[in-house]
Amino acid sequence: MSDMITIAFYLFAGLSIISGIFMIFTKNILYAAFALMFCFLSLAGIYVLLGADFVAITQLLVYVGGVLVLLIFGVMLTVRVEGKSLQTGSHLKWGGALIGILWIGILVQLILQVDWTAVMTDQPIEASVNSIGKLLLSKYVIVFELAGLLLLIGLVGAAYIAGAKIRTK
Amino acid sequence: MIPFAHILILSAVLFAIGLALVVVRKNAIIVLMGIELMLNAGNLNLVAFNQKNPELLEGHLFALVVMMIAAIEAAVALAIILKVYKLFQSVNLDEINEMKG
Amino acid sequence: MTFLFYLPLILVYAVFAIYAERKIAAFIQDRLGPMEVGRYGLLQTVADLLKLLQKEDIIPAAADRFMFRVAPFLIFVSIFVGFSVLPVSASMAGSGASTGLYFLLAFVSLDVLGMLFAGWGSNNKYALYGAMRSVAQIVSYEIPLSLSVLSVIVLSQSLDLQEISFQQSIWSDQKSYLLGISALGEVSSWGGFFTWNIIRLPILVPVFVIYFIASLAESNRAPFDLAEAESELIGGFHTEYSGFRWALIMLAEYGMMLLVSILAAILFLGSWNSPLPNIGTVKLAEWTNGSIGTWTSYAWGSFWLLSKAFLLIFVQMWVRWTYPRLRVDQLMNLCWKYLTPAALLLLLLSAVWVLSWV
Repeated sequence: MSDMITIAFYLFAGLSIISGIFMIFTKNILYAAFALMFCFLSLAGIYVLLGADFVAITQLLVYVGGVLVLLIFGVMLTVRVEGKSLQTGSHLKWGGALIGILWIGILVQLILQVDWTAVMTDQPIEASVNSIGKLLLSKYVIVFELAGLLLLIGLVGAAYIAGAKIRTK
Repeated sequence: MIPFAHILILSAVLFAIGLALVVVRKNAIIVLMGIELMLNAGNLNLVAFNQKNPELLEGHLFALVVMMIAAIEAAVALAIILKVYKLFQSVNLDEINEMKG
Repeated sequence: MTFLFYLPLILVYAVFAIYAERKIAAFIQDRLGPMEVGRYGLLQTVADLLKLLQKEDIIPAAADRFMFRVAPFLIFVSIFVGFSVLPVSASMAGSGASTGLYFLLAFVSLDVLGMLFAGWGSNNKYALYGAMRSVAQIVSYEIPLSLSVLSVIVLSQSLDLQEISFQQSIWSDQKSYLLGISALGEVSSWGGFFTWNIIRLPILVPVFVIYFIASLAESNRAPFDLAEAESELIGGFHTEYSGFRWALIMLAEYGMMLLVSILAAILFLGSWNSPLPNIGTVKLAEWTNGSIGTWTSYAWGSFWLLSKAFLLIFVQMWVRWTYPRLRVDQLMNLCWKYLTPAALLLLLLSAVWVLSWV
């Protein structure tokens, strides 16, 4: 059972990394969105393996069903349909590669220095919807309310920015 | 058990991919995708670090709040991109280089 | 386990649903409908299906081949995954039980991605318009749908579809009262339709109406079929599809109808419980529910669940051939100005109901 979980983790990890790398190299924006979907789905799978069912389903609902659809809508609204305008290029290729590799190098160096088994417990987590709901409305209620307020502000702001007409001079 | 360091390394790699997307790509929407990927990498870290204090579920709740904020961020950023597209007729970040609207 | 039940079910059901749709349309319009193949045209869809599978799978020259090919599978898979959490009978629950309902709502919203890819991949302006319309519609109507489902969740205090089903059965530990009012007497032992959520908690009647309207829109059925308005857009996002892939899209569409109908039956109409109540010594409810763990419970449970779902599908078809199609602005008005505020208000009322009831 434990072996199965580990194997599934490496499968999902490989899938997410491959689709991420595909996103960097593809020229087609919609293919990038497609790869991003696989990335999100495999991350949701990893959350399930880590015992975070609720977070995994929220990941599906918010990222794949919400953010990604929004992004694809954005692609379709901002790309001229005629011609090969779905293609997009890159710039600063070497800079990007350098930053990415440096970032991975430094972080991996740091991560491998710590003895994680001493810090982390192996205790299985009890993350039912029930306990998350109770915590969200008792201990973390201020965070919850503020996030709701932020959502409202964001909604109004987005509607205002996108909906208002351009003033003509 | 999944080795804890490997989860963190996966998160670091995904973050680096997101960063590279932001730096390298010209299209504003792909840059936005890169930002979402970085947020996801952060979320993976939070869910993994929940294992430090499992009964408090801090990591899970933090991840949920991050998702909420990511959704808002995508909506507002997309509204701005649409506006920019109306003004410049392009979302190519190389061409959007004037300060005057 | 339920996978083995639902996959053949969708395939067989789609064949007969298409036949039923044509027959119902014909009777409503006072004609006979398919009559040629088999007795009363019963084999018409089978013949159609055979024809469809032999057809060439045409991919337009200008289409994005990869996206065009993959989109129908994406649509079908996302809907079929939704079936995995549905229970079949008292002794057969779906998987992922404790977060089942949430999982279902999350996965059903994924089929919009497939539609977007199909519309874009076809490289056809009608397909693209159809995809944009259907996605805008599905994303908007998800809000009243989720809010109405949330009312049920608040009242039953569970995300587990099997537990929601058990609450409406004669085996439930909870006390249920006639029309939800304790002064009118207790009906827990009566069973039958008295313990259905919609009768037991009458506040769910308007919630059910909202759910039904939203589910019509969610499965792109008339009067909300703007996305594939034949007279305007040819066929919506599946204009360019043919042969097997088109069959898959149709299967997904009919599967979606079945999914939302079964969900409605589970949430509001007593799930796999028999509608017949116990009357004194005539224990109709106990006779027609079988006993848990034996084959009788499988047979009766799936029979009642499916007959309720098919009744709802019949109503969906009836609505389709009765009402004219809405305009886009009317569609959005209905969703954002009427259904969403009403669903929010009902959610508040059901929260108050729970507080005063528990």
